[in-house]
Amino acid sequence: MSFTMKRRSVLLGSGALMLGACTKISDSEAGTRFFETVDDWQMGLQRALRARNALAPEYAPEDISPTFRGNGSTDPQNDGYPEHVTNGFADWRFTVTGLVERPLSFTLDQIMTLPQRTQITRHDCVEGWSAIGQWTGPQLSVLLDAAELRDDARFVIFRCADNLNGGDYYESVDLIDAYHPQTIIAHSLNGQALPVRNGAPLRMRIERQLGYKHAKYLTGIEAVASLDDVGLGKGGYWEDRAGYQWYAGI
Amino acid sequence: MRHFVSTRIWHWINLIAIVVLFMSGLNISNAHPYLYWGDWGFSPTQAWLAVPRFPGWMTIPDYYSLAKARDWHLLMAFPFAFGLLGMWIAMLWNGHFRRDIKTARREWRWSAIRADIAKHLRFDFTHGEGKYNFLQKIAYGAVFGVLLPGMVLTGLAISPGMEPSLWWLVDIFGGRQSARSLHFLCAWGLFGFFVVHVLLVLLSGPVGQLRAMILGGDHQPTNPPFARPAKPEGESA
Repeated sequence: MSFTMKRRSVLLGSGALMLGACTKISDSEAGTRFFETVDDWQMGLQRALRARNALAPEYAPEDISPTFRGNGSTDPQNDGYPEHVTNGFADWRFTVTGLVERPLSFTLDQIMTLPQRTQITRHDCVEGWSAIGQWTGPQLSVLLDAAELRDDARFVIFRCADNLNGGDYYESVDLIDAYHPQTIIAHSLNGQALPVRNGAPLRMRIERQLGYKHAKYLTGIEAVASLDDVGLGKGGYWEDRAGYQWYAGI
Repeated sequence: MRHFVSTRIWHWINLIAIVVLFMSGLNISNAHPYLYWGDWGFSPTQAWLAVPRFPGWMTIPDYYSLAKARDWHLLMAFPFAFGLLGMWIAMLWNGHFRRDIKTARREWRWSAIRADIAKHLRFDFTHGEGKYNFLQKIAYGAVFGVLLPGMVLTGLAISPGMEPSLWWLVDIFGGRQSARSLHFLCAWGLFGFFVVHVLLVLLSGPVGQLRAMILGGDHQPTNPPFARPAKPEGESA
C-alpha cells in the first residue's frame, strides 16, 4: 500500500513539476528566444499552405456588426491629438519615410484622391472577440510604389499618434503583408469617417492577422531593413511589452 | 490485451500535449471569457455563455499572460495535431480500429447496451477475449472521431491566417465565433472523458493498466474489491 502511495505521489509530483516548469521556461530568456523561433515556423508553415496573395473572406453589407468595438487606446490625450479631433484633422499629415527614394507627405484630402479599395472584413482580436466592418482607403502598395521603396527595405513600420501607458504605439509587417491587396490605410468605417475609438483619422487593415497589428491613429509609415533598432526591437508595442507574437496569423 | 507500440507512444505524447493545451487554453479564455455564435461577437450582451474566470493553479503559465499562454498553446498544437494524424494512420494500418473500436451492428441492440451499462454499474470490468466492450468503443470512437479532430479543426478555423485557405471550414462550423465556442465545448468534452478515463483506470487495477500502457505487456483489467460481478446463469443467490 505504501509502495502504491509512494508511486502515486511520484506521479503527481512529477506532473506538478512539469506544469511549474512551463511557467519557468516562459519566463526565461532562452524560452523567449525558443518561442520566437516557433513563431517564425508557424508563419512559414501558414504561408506555405496558402497563396501569397490569398484574400481574407469579405462579407456582404448585411453581415456588418451593429457596432464596432474599440480596444487599446480609444481616446488618446497626448501630443496634441485632442486638438486634431477638435479641428477635424485638417492639419493631419501622413508621411512615408525611411528606405524610400522619394519621401512623401499627404494631407487627408490627398489620401482620399488616391485609388481606393473598399472591403467588408472581420476583425479578430487576440483576446478572442470578432467584429465586422466596412473599410475604405488606399492600398499600402500604392504608397510604397509612389515613394519607390528601396531594395534593402524589408519591413514597414506603422507610426501612431497614441501613447499607451507611457509608450508610443507602433507596429510592423514584412513586405508580403505590406503588398497584400487587402492591406489598406483606412479612413472610413461603414461609409463614415473613422470614429476616434477606431483610430481616427487613419488606421491600418492587415486582414490576415490579429487586431493588434492593425495600428490606429496613423501618422506615417517608415521602411526599414531591420526591426532591431525600432522601439525595443520586437517589432511592435505589444510585442515589446507583453511578448505578443510578431506574426499574428494564429 | 496488449497495446501497440504506436498506441503507447502516442498516448503519453498526447497526454503531455493535451494537459498543456487545456491549461494554457484556460488562460486564453480568461482574456475574453464570453462565447458567441456566428461570425462576430464582442460584448457580454451578445454572449451565449459568460465563462467563469479560471484561477492561476488551473492555467499555464500560473499567472495571467495571454502572450505566454498562446506561446504554449500554439507550440503544443503541433505534437497534438500531427500525433493524432499519426495515431489514426497507425490504427487503420495495424487493425486496432477495425478490431477494437469499430462497432458491429449486433452491439447496437438495446438489450446488449443495457447489459453493458449494468455491468459497469456493478464495477465489473472483466471482458472476454481481450476486446473492448460497447461503452468503451463508443467512448474511444467519440474521442478519436469527434472530440480530438474537433479540437484541431475548430482551432484551425479560429486562425485568421488560415482562413484565406480554410474559409469553407469556418463556414461549416457556422462562423469564427461558433468555431471558437465549439473549440471550448470540445475541450470540456475531452476533460470529461479524461476524468472518467482516469477513474476507470484507478478502479480496474491501475498498476497493471499503467504497466500495460508503458511497457506493453499483456494485461486484463481487474475488478475493485467492491465489484459485484453477475453470477453465472442458473446459480442461486
